[in-house]
Amino acid sequence: MTPVLEVRDLVKQYPSVRAVDGVSFSIREGCCFGLLGPNGAGKTTTVEIMEGVTSATSGVVLYRGEPLGAGFRDEAGIQFQKTSLQEFLTVRETLALFTRLYPKRRSVDELIRLCALEQVAERDNRKLSGGQLQRLLLAIALANDPRVIFLDEPTTGLDPQARRNFWDLVQAIKAEGRTVLLTTHYMEEAYLLCDEIAIMDRGRIIAEGPPSQLLAEHFDDVVLELPRRDFGGDPAGFPLPLLATADRIEISTRDVEGALRALLERGASLRQLRIRPRNLEDLFLELTGRELRA
Amino acid sequence: MNLRRLAAVWHARNLEFLRDRATLIFNFLFPLALVVAFALIFGGEPRALFKVDVLAPPGAALDAGLHPFLGTRHVDFVRIGADDLEATIRKVERHQVDLLVDLRAAPRYWVNEDSPKGYLAEKLLLESAGGRAARQPVTGAAVRYVDWLLPGILGMNMMFSCLFGVGYVVVRYRKSGFLRRLSATPVTALEFGAAQVLSRLLLTLTVTSLLYGALSLLVPFRNEGSVLLLFAVAAAGALSMIAFGFMMAARFTSEELATGAINLASWPMMLLSGVWFSLEGAPQWLQHAARALPLTWMLDAARAVMLDGAGLPAVLPALGVLVGMAVLFLAIAAAGFRWRSD
Repeated sequence: MTPVLEVRDLVKQYPSVRAVDGVSFSIREGCCFGLLGPNGAGKTTTVEIMEGVTSATSGVVLYRGEPLGAGFRDEAGIQFQKTSLQEFLTVRETLALFTRLYPKRRSVDELIRLCALEQVAERDNRKLSGGQLQRLLLAIALANDPRVIFLDEPTTGLDPQARRNFWDLVQAIKAEGRTVLLTTHYMEEAYLLCDEIAIMDRGRIIAEGPPSQLLAEHFDDVVLELPRRDFGGDPAGFPLPLLATADRIEISTRDVEGALRALLERGASLRQLRIRPRNLEDLFLELTGRELRA
Repeated sequence: MNLRRLAAVWHARNLEFLRDRATLIFNFLFPLALVVAFALIFGGEPRALFKVDVLAPPGAALDAGLHPFLGTRHVDFVRIGADDLEATIRKVERHQVDLLVDLRAAPRYWVNEDSPKGYLAEKLLLESAGGRAARQPVTGAAVRYVDWLLPGILGMNMMFSCLFGVGYVVVRYRKSGFLRRLSATPVTALEFGAAQVLSRLLLTLTVTSLLYGALSLLVPFRNEGSVLLLFAVAAAGALSMIAFGFMMAARFTSEELATGAINLASWPMMLLSGVWFSLEGAPQWLQHAARALPLTWMLDAARAVMLDGAGLPAVLPALGVLVGMAVLFLAIAAAGFRWRSD
């Protein structure tokens, strides 16, 4: 089956930096595809080339097997990372403006309901909270009832509650069978929402696949996490490999019993010990030697 | 060009404008200040000062030796050529000149029977000439400076509203990223531009009409022609100046730069388009240069209607030029339009 979107050997060269350096991947119909990576990895540039907003230095973007045509804007829903709206308009009026720009569109009331904007429908869009504004931008992205939706870091800067609410909306969009391309630097978000992810770093894709499969491929161990002060003393000389940060010790191992014994022997307090499976953040660290949000 | 999309952007811009109280008030306040200033300066009687044009034999000095009348003090005597006789008689009809005296042969003079200053100047002439001068009476209502200046002031106010109103807003949209968001929709630059131009046109014509009404109550001025035709001239002029402003804003990404560029464009218009004074005496090339400015065409057409009662056929060429300029400016702007600031 032809993928909905496909990019081949995408390159974007800016005067001083190669933002995208030979990126290829494809997205199948109905999939939520995540581009995960730290700030500056080239996610936004990649997405904007796919949206047809930025031009590529070389490489191709295919929509249902064809190069992006004039009609693509009618069928794609786009939420930019940063956007400013027209001032002095209410949420309802802003949505009315955007829906009228498309031949095929959802009704304003439907969009308001879908994105949980009922409470603020008559409010000036400059007086929205961060979460409300992101929901409005999502509603704008859905104005033309798109089959493909681009969400560029939609939850950056939101508080945890607002972020969770936004995830619920994305889940609902997925449930309607729409294809979603999401960029994020929150691994939890990618793990929860995405069927497939591509991890980007410095303009390249360094790993790609379903999140659980990626983790299984790279890891067969778990992580023991405890506060630095509970660990006590110098971490050097501990019999197992570990990662020490300013306030935390992480021990990766397949032998949990052995690790626990070693900890008890050095007199560490296990009161706040946590054993967790490997996550995408660990994977990024494993692949690049750097922390995702460093 | 999709009219539904155009209408959507137009409507949103109108809402924004109506709700932006500070800007809205300023847009009405500035013209109001103009009305008040006008009423104070021109509301009273015209000042007494005689202006007499003289047609003298070639080489003769304009002094009492030629004719005793020329020795009268506090009278401004101006020599004219024989070719200007007809034009000067028109000026007498319009009260722009109080008296025209022809001293080439037996003295004769033209006086406007409706002009109080003409009446007094005539008395002075007959006193000094011992009654020996042939009278050529004309009639006609006065064209005071205020009648001439008023279209200029209204036009200037429109020009600033048109250039800055649309130019500044578009640059702000670009800087804030709103244009970038619109660029991801099917809206074209031409649709967006036309919506901005039409929105501003509505506002400018409303303000100018109100201003015209208020002035006609406070400072009775002359309009010999059709108010409807005058409105058409104003609409065509505003259209071309707004399109000019949109063209200026087609690429700039900072408000400061746009303001500077628009200022640079508005000052020549203010000086060369005949807002304050006529360019009749200026060098030919300067007058030609002024023809490139939309304000020149609008003011000339407006004065033709208001002062001479010109009809549609007389101002049709100007209307055509103004609409043509608008189309040209809009096309240039759409072709080079920038949606994003980076």
